[in-house]
Amino acid sequence: MTGADAIEGNGREAPLRVSDVHTRFGGAVVHDGLSLTVRRGEVFALAGASGCGKSTLLREIIMLHRPERGSIRVLGEEVTGLGGEAALSLLRRVGVMFERGALFGALTVAENVGVPLREHTRLGARLIGEIAALKVALAGLPADAGAKVPAELSGGMRKRAALARAIALDPELLFLDEPTAGLDPLSASGFDELVRHLKELLGLTVVIVSHDLDLLWRVADRVAFMGEGKVVGVGTMAELSHSEHPLVREYFYGPRGRAAWEQAWKRK
Amino acid sequence: MDAAGPGADIRVEGGVASCLGAWTVDGLGPLERRLERFAWPEAPEVLLDGTAVAAMDTAGAWVLDGVVRSLERGGRRVRLRLRPQDEALLGMVRSSAAAAGPPPAPARAGLLERVGRWTVEAGRRAPGVLAFMGENAMAAARGLARPRRVRWRQVLHDLQAAGFAALPITGLLSFLMGLVIAYQGAVQLSRYGAAIFVADLVGFAMLRELSPLLTAIIVAGRSGSAYAAQIGTMKVTEEVDALRTVGIPPLELLVLPKVVALMVALPLLTVYADVLGVAGGMVAASSELGVSFGDFLDRFGRAMRISDYLVGVGKAPVFAAIIAVTGCYQGFQVSGDAESVGRRTTVSVVQSVFLVIVVDAVFSVIFSRLGI
Repeated sequence: MTGADAIEGNGREAPLRVSDVHTRFGGAVVHDGLSLTVRRGEVFALAGASGCGKSTLLREIIMLHRPERGSIRVLGEEVTGLGGEAALSLLRRVGVMFERGALFGALTVAENVGVPLREHTRLGARLIGEIAALKVALAGLPADAGAKVPAELSGGMRKRAALARAIALDPELLFLDEPTAGLDPLSASGFDELVRHLKELLGLTVVIVSHDLDLLWRVADRVAFMGEGKVVGVGTMAELSHSEHPLVREYFYGPRGRAAWEQAWKRK
Repeated sequence: MDAAGPGADIRVEGGVASCLGAWTVDGLGPLERRLERFAWPEAPEVLLDGTAVAAMDTAGAWVLDGVVRSLERGGRRVRLRLRPQDEALLGMVRSSAAAAGPPPAPARAGLLERVGRWTVEAGRRAPGVLAFMGENAMAAARGLARPRRVRWRQVLHDLQAAGFAALPITGLLSFLMGLVIAYQGAVQLSRYGAAIFVADLVGFAMLRELSPLLTAIIVAGRSGSAYAAQIGTMKVTEEVDALRTVGIPPLELLVLPKVVALMVALPLLTVYADVLGVAGGMVAASSELGVSFGDFLDRFGRAMRISDYLVGVGKAPVFAAIIAVTGCYQGFQVSGDAESVGRRTTVSVVQSVFLVIVVDAVFSVIFSRLGI
């Protein structure tokens, strides 16, 4: 990670910059000097085996967990140790879709999407309802889904509803934690397209945490591969597939990795 | 969209309406309220100029689209000039809006409708309660027929959690209860010079009524609620379904051990509460009325019959069954979400305390008829 990478051509700071983060749970070292930079407007993916600390890193970026040491800058602000008003105003510029949706079970989908709008803006109830319906439609849900409660939705629809809530405030930076986990292949590929589509329409920077190889091939502009508490490789999937690092090779040339790789080539 | 700047605004000059400021979720609030009665130019054609906006997001594009639609409904022609990036945003909003349809109308039921719904719901539930009790009885019968099928390890665990762990709180409260009764009685009794009857007062009150009732209420709050929350959460996380699929009847693993454990624990706790309640009364009697421990116990032994003690302890297993079954039943009624777990837990405590007191009243009537 060079210093020049952190500042972009237009002089604005990269939307997400993680440098030298150390995290430990008891005796287990999760991050051991991890660094990465996400560029504005790209779809960036964090990949790696289960338990390599991807989700922990995400939790640290969105201020749910504090790293032991190191620096995390989100949209130009240092988030380690940030709290109160400053943290809130930063968080509302960020959208997060949690792995299991984390929709509020007592509210309908439309109300779920409206929560950030009601909480953070001074818009009228009718306009909030209209904007929520718009986001529900943007996330690819049918119009009648807005009136349902999450328990009545299928897994794929729940993910879309969670995405609709994540983009409710038109965030600059969108985090997706395992967006395709638990989806059938058809819904998953639908989700791929949705993410790309939204990114282009809304000019988002998207950070995906996933180990779904198909998703990585299809959606990610760049991928950071995590292992041993560090980023062991960054680049496009094509670049990573030529990496010499044993962890990356194992991941790519395992049976599933190979299948996804062949798929990606056939598409080209 | 990070520029805070001034909020969204529309300025009208001649046939041109210029959009200014931040057309974002943050900046739209004031404009939205003004749009209801906005003085648009009278001209048949309006130029809506959006090239000077500071920022626009989907909400801004939606409001702009609404302005265009309302102007067109008013019979005007609208020409739109936008920044290229906003052009794309507006296009997206328009295409999604077609799919979105009208926002769902908030459902608000009237009083009559709510009463009706509640009644129908309660009517529908009643057979469910009976069915649950029936299934439990069947499971219990199976357990009696083949005691090896009962999960004794689970029973012991529940016994420890609901019984042993409740000793400190039950003991403290019943001690204080005995103390309070003796103090209250002391004033009246000393007026008649009948201080020694404090033993009768404390004994009858604690043994026959207060110990079983107090213990049952504590256990309903401690364990009944825990049963409802535990089973409810297991239902939300589909653990109950998982049990069924691996061939373990949930009643057998989750309910029966709890019922058995509580039916053992509650009588024991009641005896313990009897002892500490009387001890509390004794302490108050000696400090307030000067009745020595020896005199108190002597009078206590002559006034109390074994039936007074058995009446109290005998009610406990019935209370235990009510508490355990109510808690578990409410747990199984949980559907879907976290709020439902909370609601069912509350209902379980309220219902079991209510039922315990009603049943206690019924017992009192029966015992007085029988002259026990």
